[in-house]
Amino acid sequence: MPSIISIQNVSKSYASGVRALEPIDLEIRKGEIFALLGPNGAGKTTLINIVCGIVTASSGRVIADGHDIVRDYRAARTRIGLVPQELTTDSFETVWATVSFSRGLFGRAPNPDYVTGLLRDLSLSAKRDSSIMDLSGGMKRRVMIAKALSHEPDILFLDEPTAGVDVELRRDMWNLVRGLRERGVTIILTTHYIEEAEEMADRVGVINKGSLVLVEEKAALMRKFGKKHLTLHLQSPLTRVPAELAAWRLELKDQGLSLECTFDGGSDVGIPLLLHEVSELSIPIKDLETHQSSLEDIFVSLVSERVPSVRS
Amino acid sequence: MSPVRFEFNGHGVWAIYKFEVARALRTLVQSLVTPVITTSLYFVVFGAAIGSRMTAVSGVSYGAFIVPGLIMLALFTESLANASFGIFFPKFTGTIYEVLSAPISYIEIVIAYVGAAASKSVALGIVILLTASLFVPLRIVHPLLMAAFLVLTAVNFSLFGFVLGLWAKGWEQLQLIPTLVVTPLTFLGGAFYSIDMLPPAWRAFSLFNPVVYLISGFRWCFYGKADVNIYLSFGMTAGCFVACLAVIGWIFKTGYRLKN
Repeated sequence: MPSIISIQNVSKSYASGVRALEPIDLEIRKGEIFALLGPNGAGKTTLINIVCGIVTASSGRVIADGHDIVRDYRAARTRIGLVPQELTTDSFETVWATVSFSRGLFGRAPNPDYVTGLLRDLSLSAKRDSSIMDLSGGMKRRVMIAKALSHEPDILFLDEPTAGVDVELRRDMWNLVRGLRERGVTIILTTHYIEEAEEMADRVGVINKGSLVLVEEKAALMRKFGKKHLTLHLQSPLTRVPAELAAWRLELKDQGLSLECTFDGGSDVGIPLLLHEVSELSIPIKDLETHQSSLEDIFVSLVSERVPSVRS
Repeated sequence: MSPVRFEFNGHGVWAIYKFEVARALRTLVQSLVTPVITTSLYFVVFGAAIGSRMTAVSGVSYGAFIVPGLIMLALFTESLANASFGIFFPKFTGTIYEVLSAPISYIEIVIAYVGAAASKSVALGIVILLTASLFVPLRIVHPLLMAAFLVLTAVNFSLFGFVLGLWAKGWEQLQLIPTLVVTPLTFLGGAFYSIDMLPPAWRAFSLFNPVVYLISGFRWCFYGKADVNIYLSFGMTAGCFVACLAVIGWIFKTGYRLKN
């Protein structure tokens, strides 16, 4: 898949001396949903703001859909939409006026049909003439998305899109994001909800203390770093792990009543094979439990392993 | 060598301009009615109550003499307030992110915000002129130059207001320069008197006040009489324009208080 955003050696240091981003290289593929994960203050928003032109990079360059974001900023920015983390809207404006304003600001001629359709897709039709100050937080979030999409961008940045919204709206947002991807929009989202990335992302990037720790296909990440954990509850206690099972590195727990084993996430045959061998040894099993590590487990593990101080 | 491309985000400029004008229309009482009432009160106090007891200044009745100064006073105040608030408020609320991430150049941003602020001020100046004509008989010796002076001064102070809006970190700073610098300079700049009426030492001191040149030049357009050389007035106006543009250019180039 071709790259639509190319981030090359981009770093950011503030005048105060704070190093917000170490040199970062990242390619975002056309049409994908890319989730950027990281703890607070990791540099996610700084990176997004650099690509969108809000923050000036200290070094490096960014190419958006073939256009340098500094030298050819008009062409680059026309292709990018941004939904910022904060709900920053003009409270006194109507929904229609603020979305139309955004479209004009990004150099697009008025198109009432498009804006009408956009508001309909975001369930905002009934609120088109309402002042933004009269809307709920969730509705305001939708307005922010409508503003970002008003100029028909090919790339959409969603900075914490579901922060502070209820479960129902979060599901709606996910559906909306999937719908946009189907229409060919490339989506880069940052989120604290790992579940969100797990649910939607094609690829995941983890950023910590200004460094890009890893970029991986979500499925590959789950295979590579994910673990499967098996617990066998036995009918009668064992005094030691049978020698025939030594290769499995089993642990005897619960006063000999449980056998525990951890497999790599990529292993598909480990559990059936172990169960077969236990059965061959006529060890009676009362019950079994399996647990697969989630993206959240992997994320926490990655962040805490590489930078222990993150755990406060 | 690649050809030079001329690009202009007309839709973007129009969107900001329309937004700013719409804001003024939403607050019509504050934008238009309040300045008109304030100016009318000046006419009642200085024109009718005090002016009737004063002799003519430079051959012009006192009530008519203060009209250019009053228009300039309103123009300075409103241009500063409109332009500074226009850019400060998005900074304050955070909506500036949208302007900074849009495909719009700094020059276009300035044209939009300053153009809107200056348009509102010019409209206000015209309304005050019409209001004044209800109180005193007016004549305008150089109407085209008067219009040019009106527009140029509105643009100048809107540019200055734009700089203030970019510079200000809070509401107090936003009010600081207009209250502590511009208003005193205007009152001491001959809005209500000719500097020829001052003792020689004060008159000489007044010549360091740039507002003297603006009010004098504007009054010259009305009555053909000025406190200072008219070319100096136009030169001062042009100088202010260039200085404001230079400061704004530097702010956008460096991102001072705008971009990290």
